[in-house]
Amino acid sequence: MMLQMVLRRIAIGIATILVVSVIVFVMTRLLPGDVAQIILGQGATPETLAVLRKELGLDQPGYIQYFIWLGDLFTGDLGISKAGGATISSLIGGRFGNTMLLAGLVALISIPISIVLGLWAAMHPGSWLDRIITFGTLSTISVPEFFIATIMVLIFAVELHWLPSTAMLADNMSFLELLRGLAMPIITLVIVVSAQMIRMTRAGILNVMSSPYIEMAILKGVPRGRIILRHAFLNAIGPIINVIALNLAYLVSGVVVVETIFAYPGLAKLMIDGVQTRDLPLVQACAMIFCTTYVLLILVADIGSIVSNPRLRHPK
Amino acid sequence: MTNSNEQNGVAGEDVVDEIDKFAELPDVPPKRKLKLSWVGRIASGIVIFWLVIAAVGPWVAPFHEMDMDGDDSFLDAHTNEYGTFYLGTDYLGRDTFSRVIWGARMTIGISLAATLLAYALGITLGIAAAVKGGWVDMIISRMNDAILALPSIMLGLIAIAAFGSSIPILIIIAGIIYGSSVFRIARALGLDIMVQDYVEAAKARGEGIWWIIRSEVLPNAAMPLATDFGLRLVFVVLFISSLSFLGLGVQPPAADWGSMVRENLAGLTYNSWASVWPAFAIATFTISINLIVDDISAKSGGSLAKKMV
Repeated sequence: MMLQMVLRRIAIGIATILVVSVIVFVMTRLLPGDVAQIILGQGATPETLAVLRKELGLDQPGYIQYFIWLGDLFTGDLGISKAGGATISSLIGGRFGNTMLLAGLVALISIPISIVLGLWAAMHPGSWLDRIITFGTLSTISVPEFFIATIMVLIFAVELHWLPSTAMLADNMSFLELLRGLAMPIITLVIVVSAQMIRMTRAGILNVMSSPYIEMAILKGVPRGRIILRHAFLNAIGPIINVIALNLAYLVSGVVVVETIFAYPGLAKLMIDGVQTRDLPLVQACAMIFCTTYVLLILVADIGSIVSNPRLRHPK
Repeated sequence: MTNSNEQNGVAGEDVVDEIDKFAELPDVPPKRKLKLSWVGRIASGIVIFWLVIAAVGPWVAPFHEMDMDGDDSFLDAHTNEYGTFYLGTDYLGRDTFSRVIWGARMTIGISLAATLLAYALGITLGIAAAVKGGWVDMIISRMNDAILALPSIMLGLIAIAAFGSSIPILIIIAGIIYGSSVFRIARALGLDIMVQDYVEAAKARGEGIWWIIRSEVLPNAAMPLATDFGLRLVFVVLFISSLSFLGLGVQPPAADWGSMVRENLAGLTYNSWASVWPAFAIATFTISINLIVDDISAKSGGSLAKKMV
């Protein structure tokens, strides 16, 4: 029963990634018109255009182009960038690691903070701390990421002079130097991602709190803190795992803005540069990496909530 | 029933007669009275303020959005022979105060247009899918799932890489991306309404499909969709201003809150607040809308937290 559901979910995930690849392909290859012209720009001679069209297979029908493109993608042949003619896989290599480093550190910090604050707010609903947390997180999710980033730069870099206003990343940095260099993007992303997670953790726990067995525990006279930790939290773990994975997926879009504002040499910055110069092969590759990561994280979230549901784990 | 009659008795005679005719019917809808908390009232004040600024901005702003009349770039508030610069100047020596006012029109205007497009698309297709069912529903729903499977900013980036960036393209991209969420809600509401007794009754009476959509489905779906409009508008404002901030949305020299933050970011290190004011403008607008929506949905049962999930 459970295995079946998980397998089904994985199959849907794979199908989604294929659909995503079709969308990316259709939007960047078929719809814009003459892709060779866009890639080479106005100054291209008819000869170079013809060569590139042949190279990209633009003389073939659309669906054949798609399968050639998909095959290249799987074998890691991501094509050649417009700028400088470097292969895209060489451009992406290091950048991908940098983005993963940033995202990993953010996840490591924000997950415990969010669960603790979310639990705290749910334990004392209506208290002043709960109100502050609720209002603060609602405000945070209502503003753009760059607003938070601007305010953080204003406080920590301009007024207090504690931290550098842009990200710094070098090979020979010690761990502490690394933390300081990455502090601004990490702080910004932690605030953005935690706000969502705190709200959803709080909502998840309060949701469980209205179920009959919790009412039973209240009527028996069990203290509120104990009810939350022993009864509500354990039953809300499934939804909370779901929340965490969903919000790590949300990091995908947060990272785009934050890497740009702090000039962090990550994959998202590379993609934005690609969009600005209309470097379509580069955008295709970055988009596929980001979208696949996103779909995979959502997949993990769904499998997490299937696995953590005791009713599905022990079917009658 | 008698209670509501008494309440209406205070208003003008003619109006009362008109309303009373319907108040006697057994299925008269309950009177909805929207009472906002004081937070909600302040928030509505702020939203109305920005909407008015967006409407009349160019006539009340002391400078044109492109006038480079300041003494220098990134200055604090000062006065020279052209006028007073209340919030200082930006990186080109333009008046920040005037540009924030001009930017309201651009940012709110584009976002409203995109949200309206999203609603037009979402409701039309959503109701069509719910009413028609079968393969129509199948095809539209699967295509919709594909759009929802991607982060909206990624779709935006891909679309801009493919088609370039201009204001109509921004509106169409945002309209399609956020139309897919509206579609999901409209379809769910439509499916729900289509199995209600009053629709069955209308069908049994022999009413046509258009009559049912116009007189039963749309009025009953209107209120939940209206509450959702605020949320969707916030998402669109954030989406458009993020793209502008990345330099991919509204192009200079036009004033737009997102691109103003980007342009003046360098000024932060010189202690210039030219990039902070437009960021504040976005924040006050979006937070206020969310507070109002939160207030309304708290009154009607479900809280915003559930919708954000």
